Amino acid sequence: MIRIRNLEAGYDKLKVLKGISLHVNHGEIVTIIGANGAGKSTLLNTIASLISPSSGEIFLQGKDVTGAPPDRIVKEGCVLVPEGRQLFPTMTVRENLILGAYTLYGRKKGKEAISNLEGIYEMFPILEERHAQLAGTLSGGEQQMVAIGRGLMSNPNLIMMDEPSMGLAPLIVKDIFKVVKTLRDQGKTVLIVEQNAKAALEIADRGYVMETGSLVLEGSSEDLLDNNDVRRAYLGKDYKEFTDMGGTE
Amino acid sequence: MIYSMEYESMDKQDLEQLQIERLQATLHRAYRNVSFYRSLYDKEGIEIASLRSLKDLKKLPFTTKNDLRQSYPYEAFAVPLRDIVRIHSTSGTTGKPIVVGYTKNDLKTWSSLVARVLSAAGVTGHDFVQIAFDYSLSTGGFGFHYGAEKIGASVIPYSGDDVMKQIQVMKDYRTTTLVSTPGYALHVASLMEETGRDSQELNLSIGLFGSEPWSENLRNEIESRLKIEAFDNYGLTEIIGPGVAFECEQHSGLHVNEDHFILEIINPDTLEEIPLGEPGELVFTTLTKEGFPLIRYRTGDISSLVEGDCACGRTTARIQRISGRTDDMIIVDGRNIFPSNIEEILFEIEGVEPHFQIVLTREEGLDIIELKVEVTPNFLPFDEIRKVQVFQEKIAHLMTSQLGIHARITLAEPKSLKRSTGEKIKRVRDLRR
Repeated sequence: MIRIRNLEAGYDKLKVLKGISLHVNHGEIVTIIGANGAGKSTLLNTIASLISPSSGEIFLQGKDVTGAPPDRIVKEGCVLVPEGRQLFPTMTVRENLILGAYTLYGRKKGKEAISNLEGIYEMFPILEERHAQLAGTLSGGEQQMVAIGRGLMSNPNLIMMDEPSMGLAPLIVKDIFKVVKTLRDQGKTVLIVEQNAKAALEIADRGYVMETGSLVLEGSSEDLLDNNDVRRAYLGKDYKEFTDMGGTE
Repeated sequence: MIYSMEYESMDKQDLEQLQIERLQATLHRAYRNVSFYRSLYDKEGIEIASLRSLKDLKKLPFTTKNDLRQSYPYEAFAVPLRDIVRIHSTSGTTGKPIVVGYTKNDLKTWSSLVARVLSAAGVTGHDFVQIAFDYSLSTGGFGFHYGAEKIGASVIPYSGDDVMKQIQVMKDYRTTTLVSTPGYALHVASLMEETGRDSQELNLSIGLFGSEPWSENLRNEIESRLKIEAFDNYGLTEIIGPGVAFECEQHSGLHVNEDHFILEIINPDTLEEIPLGEPGELVFTTLTKEGFPLIRYRTGDISSLVEGDCACGRTTARIQRISGRTDDMIIVDGRNIFPSNIEEILFEIEGVEPHFQIVLTREEGLDIIELKVEVTPNFLPFDEIRKVQVFQEKIAHLMTSQLGIHARITLAEPKSLKRSTGEKIKRVRDLRR
């Protein structure tokens, strides 16, 4: 689905990504875990072409899209659900969703957009109920649903999510992750960046660990959950529980 | 059967992507956590981030046995000792042993790699797998034990010593699969014949043999005497133990688990990459090891790449059976000879056993090679000097015509030379220095 080689990117003189190579297979949920400032968001923003890489390659479904304009990335079937949702608070839910279909202009495409919208209402019935409400008045969880729904409006194959659990109550986080799983079951591919490493690894097939701009570990989620470095650094509280039990896991 | 379709039959391009990702991650971890690699790369001015393709691997220095010996016991581990759940070690036949630490995940990886080895030989959950490797600091016993359990077979952890009892257990427990060295299997066959037992008494149908170089002729002999199908496999403790490379039902080379190990083959003298198909020293880089990652590790084992695709459906690279070790290699009159070359020839001669010893001396600046060969118990003409001479000349002639060496042949009494019972035997005595 996506294949990245030796990607380097940053802001002015600050190099954030120091040669990232990663891939996501069709139908997989892959997560990138890492501390704050490791470069996880920069990586997603670079894939979405919001930041242009200084070197390296990005292939989407076999096509070289390195340095392509952001709308081309969306047309190739890859969308970003950005960190902090980034909705237009003074526009309605429906208007926010419709904006996600901006690549579907032209004859006949309008119909496709409407049918996608119906699909999203089916997935999130609450959004249909609130379709006329201003997005800024929604709860955090509902806003996240709008952000995901907006990403789905262009009918992507690969959905990238940046910290979807941020600022949400634990119960809502559960719902959001359930949605991620549903997307995978519908044949979508998901690349998800999370600080909530445990939750992300529990739904992901594979994961990468990112440290200061480099990937230092790749493996199945199961293996990463068993890796003591990962436990110590990213699973925090759970790791303590594990040792407190005197090793009787 | 292919145990992991996803990884063993991977598209070449996907495999390359996975290898480069895992290689870059391994280098970061090795550099950050192993002082040996950090100081080596700092000294040579190597920037890890500059490694952008598999070809760039060549920019990195090799790791040798000696480097690891100097890290004895724990210096080359890449994780804190509390994360190590198992410690194995090399035998130390040629020097200080090398100690290898495994994390929980390393043991999991190891199990699934050996599961591939067993599956490729047709072993399933219905088999009784008898392991005749010692359960000790060496890796043979435990590796196969885990792999067999992983595929759900019934494991009989018998270990090595008493061959007679081993045979009895094989018969009584209806063992279907024997895991041992090839030498041990031959020993089993000989003992059964000597004690008048028929191999049909056993339920044995599969043999997995490794940990010492062996020949195609030895395979044929074991197969016909024990009435089994014999599979070669390759591994070494430093890399992980058994599970590095293995034969499938095609018996046309050993598939390397390339999603976990990058293989290179080099000329041991010039250290240059060797042209495809020519023999050289195997060099491995681990891609998933957490406890004990190795980068460009020189194994000392000699083999060559097999060209083309395998009919079994696996896409991984294949190597020929190991023909010897760089330290077993004898250079006589400028020719490279391996003990296995000599073994191959002895197999074709009626009246001798494939047990032999090579003694090298130097007389007046010339290399003298003496080959001690054991005769079979039914070798009769010991008392007829003329016939013995003719026989010796015949062996000497074969050595000259097939290997280009001029050897003095000495015949030894049956069972007078040391045999392989699992531990390493030294077949070459070099007295030239």
